[in-house]
This record gives sequence, structure tokens and C-alpha cells, in this order.
Amino acid sequence: MTLLSRHAENLFWIGRYVERAETNARLLEVGQRNALIPTIGGGYRNEWIPILKASGTKDAFMDKYGDIRQRNVESHIFFDTDNASSVASCFFRARENGRIVRTSLTSQTWDALNTAHQEMLALKRTERSAFEESDLIDWTLRHAALIRGAIEDTQLRIDSYDMLNIGLYLERADSTARLLDVKYFVLLPQVDLVGSGLDNYQWRTVLRALSAHRAFNWAYGGEVTPGKIADFLILNSKAPRSLITCAEEVCNHLDRLARAYGRTTEAQTQARRIVARMTEITVDDIFDEGLHEFLTRFIDEIGALATLITSTYLSGETR
Amino acid sequence: MGQNQDYFNEMFESGAVRPPYRGLGDWAESMPAELRSLKQSEAEKLFRRIGITFAVYGEGGDPDRLIPFDMFPRVFSAEEWRKLERGIKQRAKALNAFLLDVYGRGEIVKAGLIPQHMVYQNEAYERAVAGFKPPRGVYSHIVGIDLVRTGPDEFFVLEDNCRTPSGVSYMLENREIMMRMFPQLFKENRIAPVEGYPALLKRTLASVAPQKCEGEPTVAILTPGHFNSAYYEHSFLADMMGVELVEGQDLFVEGDFVWMRTTEGPKRVDVIYRRIDDAFIDPLCFRPDSMLGVPGLMNAYRSGGVTIASAPGAGVADDKAIYTFVPEMVRFYLGEEPILKNVPTWQCAREEELKYVLDNLPDLVVKEVHGSGGYGMLVGPRSSKGQIEAFRSKIEETPENYIAQPTLSLSTCPTFVEEGVAPRHVDLRPYCLVGERIELVPGGLTRVALTDGSLVVNSSQGGGVKDTWVMAE
Repeated sequence: MTLLSRHAENLFWIGRYVERAETNARLLEVGQRNALIPTIGGGYRNEWIPILKASGTKDAFMDKYGDIRQRNVESHIFFDTDNASSVASCFFRARENGRIVRTSLTSQTWDALNTAHQEMLALKRTERSAFEESDLIDWTLRHAALIRGAIEDTQLRIDSYDMLNIGLYLERADSTARLLDVKYFVLLPQVDLVGSGLDNYQWRTVLRALSAHRAFNWAYGGEVTPGKIADFLILNSKAPRSLITCAEEVCNHLDRLARAYGRTTEAQTQARRIVARMTEITVDDIFDEGLHEFLTRFIDEIGALATLITSTYLSGETR
Repeated sequence: MGQNQDYFNEMFESGAVRPPYRGLGDWAESMPAELRSLKQSEAEKLFRRIGITFAVYGEGGDPDRLIPFDMFPRVFSAEEWRKLERGIKQRAKALNAFLLDVYGRGEIVKAGLIPQHMVYQNEAYERAVAGFKPPRGVYSHIVGIDLVRTGPDEFFVLEDNCRTPSGVSYMLENREIMMRMFPQLFKENRIAPVEGYPALLKRTLASVAPQKCEGEPTVAILTPGHFNSAYYEHSFLADMMGVELVEGQDLFVEGDFVWMRTTEGPKRVDVIYRRIDDAFIDPLCFRPDSMLGVPGLMNAYRSGGVTIASAPGAGVADDKAIYTFVPEMVRFYLGEEPILKNVPTWQCAREEELKYVLDNLPDLVVKEVHGSGGYGMLVGPRSSKGQIEAFRSKIEETPENYIAQPTLSLSTCPTFVEEGVAPRHVDLRPYCLVGERIELVPGGLTRVALTDGSLVVNSSQGGGVKDTWVMAE
């Protein structure tokens, strides 16, 4: 059965939106935990600026709310449909994309997408005092997991399944890189604080936000050092959200497409190039280059890969 | 169960249960109220889960609204259906013969049976395809014929739908849901299946592939998009037939062929089952502002690179004014007597008919020829003397603007209501397929006016749907 390019694009975006909803919930978690400790510098409100920057919506937020308060940030990141990447917007768009490709989805996958959206509508109608913010975060993670589980357990392993996953892992690669960058570059620019108690607390928060706190202890144990964390979140292919895992998954699904269609494209070449380099480098190489520089380059490369995938498979221009 | 003497009740005749409904009376009466509401909410849940919802243009409100589903089936005996089937197929054949004729030599006009201006000046007459003969000479591949019943043997055609009749997904889903909820009923009764429809539709469409098509024809459904109120049906049919559901932007024309954009590159499309109107299918040929269509599609069509179903221009056969001539078409093209009757229609433009209309206004329904949606209409039996007299002067002023019909006594079918079971008025839309052969699955869409006494079955005005059974021989 053929897959229309437009439908492939819808599937790709379902994957991206579901993952993006999750990333935003995780960002909120980082912000909340950071807000619980005394700040250095500009008072409590400062803690939320990096979060807004990481979500890429700081300017839009300032235009609408003007005042960086925790509650506003939470509204903005969770409920606000004016914010195209809020959790509410992401689940809504994932469902809209799903409705268009309804015939490519199993009823379980559709159910999971539909339920997330419908429950979000109910949540929006509920008094804010009726639930804790951490409930919202858990709620988001749970629904994202239900959707991914339905995709994994029920979708046929054909090109449509690959499109869903390519979207998901590209988005995840991008968001892990951004979370790391927030911590390292935006949150803590003063070099003299590196290795301090605050530094460690923030690193642990990042791990927590990636649900990797305990996993990290199992894998590395002992002291939390930037080196270990970078190794874990960038180069360890056992970690489900590490950059190398995401890159490998994208590559794997692209390879499956190439086999199914009997044709390799630029997209596969680019994906393999990224994976190959990630396999060769060490943490020391990364810190020599500078973590921020490395992450910026990685985000650009992932962006370039997304562009290639779009022009190759989603635009219908391929001949 | 109540019995209204003014209307034909499909379940009861002179106090006795009519044969096709035997068994259903006990079934309905013995169902406890709690079970009934349980089943009703189960049905609703199933409809929602499948995603079969419905939105009315411009009505606002919940876009995911459900059409109310009534669990009491509407039943036809094998014998009743045999006659209906012959009548429906006959009509579908005559309508297609008419289309082939008026885009060709126009014999029926030359013979003086239909006034020339009613055909060639008709808004739905498509000059762009005059002289072009589509594969197998078929214009309308899916003919929806709206029927009402007024007595044991009295069926009338209300209107023909030769373009893109909708609702067939309800016919299929209503059956699915009834079978899932009441398997016992299907064991006890021999009910002819309707589930073959998608396969028949696909075969019909494949059978009209253009000559230039090599190998197995690729069929696609062209939808205006997911904002359209019938999008569910489009995607349902695509799914059931195993064909692609495309939008205008997915298609392009190159070298006299139509291609769809896929992840593996362009793929040729041979037959397009379009669910968008003529005016929108090709901005180069029709409305230049249409974003829904495919530029150049009509050229590919006219050069035999692709088949469009229904064919552009098919609408001229289901026009209100043309309707009155369908019995003539049956006689003219097929040399047969029409099996299904038209609702008698008086043209006020004709002097002797005008006189009859003016003499009998309290008993008639008078409609404007170009009106729709119940505007500018007089329902004689429900109007006051003053209203009738006011309308009389309007008719006398411009008689050619009006037609008149008798008030029909639509049959009723038992229906679950708040208080139990009560008769409600119904109509029927069967879907006749025309390709290499003419096919009809045993069933159709029964719409029911859920409000007591109402004759309006439209889903936008409180209408619901029922499963339609045809008993197997």
C-alpha cells in the first residue's frame, strides 16, 4: 500500500507533537525544582527564563504575560493554546494530524490520541486549585507513554510506523540537546560555579527531568560529574533519551524505509554520518570543543536531517 | 405499541404484525428498560470510538456530534425488496442513458419529450464535456435514490442523487453495530448482508478505468479535506476499499495522466472517485479560486488518461426540474414502464395544471422551482386560510416559479422513544452502483424523524438513522 507524502507528513508530526508535549512537561519539572532552591543573582523569577528560552517561546510569553511568575509560566507551557508548543496545543495537533490519517492508525493509537486531547479539554475546565502542578506533569508523561505504547504494540511495521518513529526520535534528540544546553549554558554561565553544590543540584534536576535519575546511579554510581552526565546523556546508547540513542533510532527507521522502497537517499547518508561521529567521539572531545558548541552543532545537524527528510519523503517532489 | 391509522405502519396491518417484522415485536417488548438504555449508550460509545461523527456546515456547535441511532430495525421482505431493486436499477440505468444522450446527440430533446432549454440552459449542464463519452458510457456511478413509502405497495421517488450521494457509511456501520450488540437477532432472522458494498464499489470503479490504463487500475477517493462534514465517510470508504484518500494537493497532472505524490515518488491514478463538486475539481476549467481541485484534471479526463466518478456534468440528471421527466426517460430509453413512481408534480407554468393547483391549495405542497431548504414553500394542510390566500396571489403573479405536489403520508416504523416504542416516519436511500454491471446491495440508509408527528428526517433537524434489513429468500 502506498503512503501519500502528505499523510507521511501527518504521521511524522504526530510523533513530533507527542514528544514535544512530553518535553514541555519535563521543562516545567526542571523549572519547579530549580525554583525550590535559593537563587543567586536576580531573584526567583530568573529561574524561569532559561525554561522559556529552552521552549523557544520567551518572546511570545513576554508579549502576552509581561510578568515572569511561576503560575503564568505554567499556564503558558501547559494550557495556553496561543502557545503553539504548549502541552495542550501539542496534544490537540497530534490528534488533528491523527484524524487526517485515521486510516493509517490502529483504533488503539487513535483512542490514545483522542483520549489525551479530550482529557485535556476536561482539565482546562477544572479549577486550577483542584490539582497540583506535579499532577499535570505526571498526567502528560502518562498520556505520551500511552500513545507511544499503542504505536509500539499495535501499528503494523510498515512505512507509516517508521514515519511516526522518525518524528518522535528527531524531536527527542532535539529536546534532550536543548535541555542539556539549558543546564550548561543558560542556567549556569559563571565558570567558577562549575562543580559547586548548586551545580550538582542542577545536574541532578536535569537527570530527574529526563526520568534518568536512578538509571544514572545504576550505570555510573557515585559522584555526579558533568563528564559522567554528558557521557550518559550524549554517548551512552543504553540511555533511552541520549543523543546517540535518538540518532540511532532515526537512522534505523530511515534504513528500514530505504529497504522497503529499494532506494537510499541523502537522508540516510546524513543520519549515518551523525551516528558515525557520535560513535567515535569521547566525552573529552566534547568538552574540548565546548559542550555548548557541540550541542549547538548537533541541533543544527538534526535540523538539517529533518529538512532532508521533508524534501525526500514528505513533499512529494521525489522522482 | 401505538398504531396510527392515518399513516401506513410498516409493522402492523389491520392489527396484525406484518411478516417481515415477526419476532421484532417480542424482542422490543421483552427488553427491560435498563438493558435498553445500556445498549443505547453502548451503541453511542461504539459510534464515538469508531469516530463516526457528523458536522453540519454553518451550524456551529459540536463538530463531533453523533447522528442519533435508533436500535429498532426497519425491515423489508425479500419480495418487497425484489420489486424495489428492479425499480431502482431501472431508474439508475435510465438516468445514465439520459446523461449519455444529452451530452451526445440529444435524441430525447429532438423527440420533444423534454424542453431544450431545461437541459442545455440548465446550470448543471457542463458544456466542457459535451461530446465526450466516458468509459462504458457511464456518468453516474453511484446513484442514490431517495424513496418514501405510503402503503404496502406504494413507493415514491422523492429525488435522485446522481453526483455524490453520502450516507453509505451509516448503512454499513449501523449494521456492524447491530450485529455486535444483538447477535441473537441475526441468528433468529435471515438478514441479507450489506458488507459487500465496499468491494462492489471498488469493482465498479475499476470497471470504468480509462482505456489507457495498463494492468490493475489504481483507484483513489478525492476529498475536500478533513474539515468537510462527510470526511469520516470518505476515509471510511477509502479504508474499506483499500484505496488512497487524496486531496487536490496530493495530485498533479503531467503528460495527460494524473499522479499522486507518495513517499516513493509519483504514482499514477486511473480512477478518481471524487467527493467534491464539479465547480471545484479543476481550477483551470471551472472555478479559478478553487484550492480543492487539481489543475489540468479535466484535460487528462477528456484525453482518456483518467476516469472521474461521477462524471463531471452528471448533475443535470438529478435537477428538480428534470426529475419530472424521469418516468419519460425510462419509457424512451428502455422501452419499459417505470416500476417506481414519481411523486405527482403539477407545473404551474402549464395552464390546466395551474388551475388544478389553485383549486386544491389546502391539500397540496407548493414549492418554488429554484428554492431549497423549505423556504418559499406552502404546506397546504398545515396553513391557515390567510396564508393560503396570500400564497395564491404569489402563484398567480409568477406561475412558472412554482410546482405543486400532494402531501405525502410517509410510512412509519416502530422506534424506541422515551416511553417505549412508538411509530415514527421514515424514508430510504439505497445506493445503486453502475459500472460494467448494475449492482445494488440489499439495504440502504433509513432515516427517521425522531420527533412525534414530524415528517422531517434530515439529520440537521432532529433526524436519526436505523439499520435497514432485507430478509433473505
